[in-house]
Amino acid sequence: MSAFHSRWLVAVGIAVSLVLGGCNSSKSVRAASTMPDKDRKPAPEFELKDADGKTVRLSDYKGKVVLLDFWATWCGPCKIEIPWFIDFERKYKDRGFAVIGVSMDEEGWTVVKPFVSELAINYRILQGSDATAQLYGGVEALPTTFLIDRDGRIAATHVGLAGKDDFEDGIKLLMARPSAGLPGRFVPAVLFGAN
Amino acid sequence: MARHGGSLEVKTTVLLKPGYHVNSNTPSESYLIPLRLTWEPGALEAVEVVFPKPHMEKYEFSDVPLSVFTGDFYLVTKFKVAPNASSGPGLAVGKLRYQACNNNSCLPPKTVEVKLPVVVQ
Repeated sequence: MSAFHSRWLVAVGIAVSLVLGGCNSSKSVRAASTMPDKDRKPAPEFELKDADGKTVRLSDYKGKVVLLDFWATWCGPCKIEIPWFIDFERKYKDRGFAVIGVSMDEEGWTVVKPFVSELAINYRILQGSDATAQLYGGVEALPTTFLIDRDGRIAATHVGLAGKDDFEDGIKLLMARPSAGLPGRFVPAVLFGAN
Repeated sequence: MARHGGSLEVKTTVLLKPGYHVNSNTPSESYLIPLRLTWEPGALEAVEVVFPKPHMEKYEFSDVPLSVFTGDFYLVTKFKVAPNASSGPGLAVGKLRYQACNNNSCLPPKTVEVKLPVVVQ
């Protein structure tokens, strides 16, 4: 039998429905409406590695106001916010404030380190994981940023690109409040069902 | 259905949720994850995947327009029947890799499987 070339166009092919969950609008809490003390929940503890391989825990930052940013190198909105966070770290690090960036890049330090160098990021970057994201409610969309008060409680949450003033107003508000010295300020990961 | 020595084109329709876009197969920025459709070796050999023409869209988070797909679109895979393909039913398995964003946030890259039942005669 000679070679028979036929072209069969499957008119009704395979439909792939990319039904995406997650937010389709920015959910941001303005600094003016930063959660009242009584409504703030403890920020889950985590243990992650930094670029030098050192283990870093959220509890290492007790007594400080922390901006915890979940981001990735492929995230355009994240790239808008990072220069703001660089500015905050520079301005406020000597006043009991710190930025922590948690990279959700699957490729890890191979892509993250050059990115950090290119953008001259001056704050600590940790390699995140799905487990860490689950601790913080799933982190379905990036960027997702938390403002954590001096007592280790989540005071504000921003999902998606927010305004620089939104963050800065919140940081100033939280820095102005001393730690209340609340006991058990960081909730162990095990209470959140982490493996 | 495909014949030994023959070829086949398959249309894969992608339905995107309103408000979201995926990077095209040729993103305009190097840091963006491109749309990819790949097929595992089997009875059908993928010769080429044809993508639609992308849109150039400007978003709040980007200084430059981005090369994206939105809404409903389809990819066409051109297959040829593998020389050593066995006659009878089989399954061509593909992987569609995408990364989607809306105007102010991005979702993690995902890979979904695409399965194509095939009968080689």
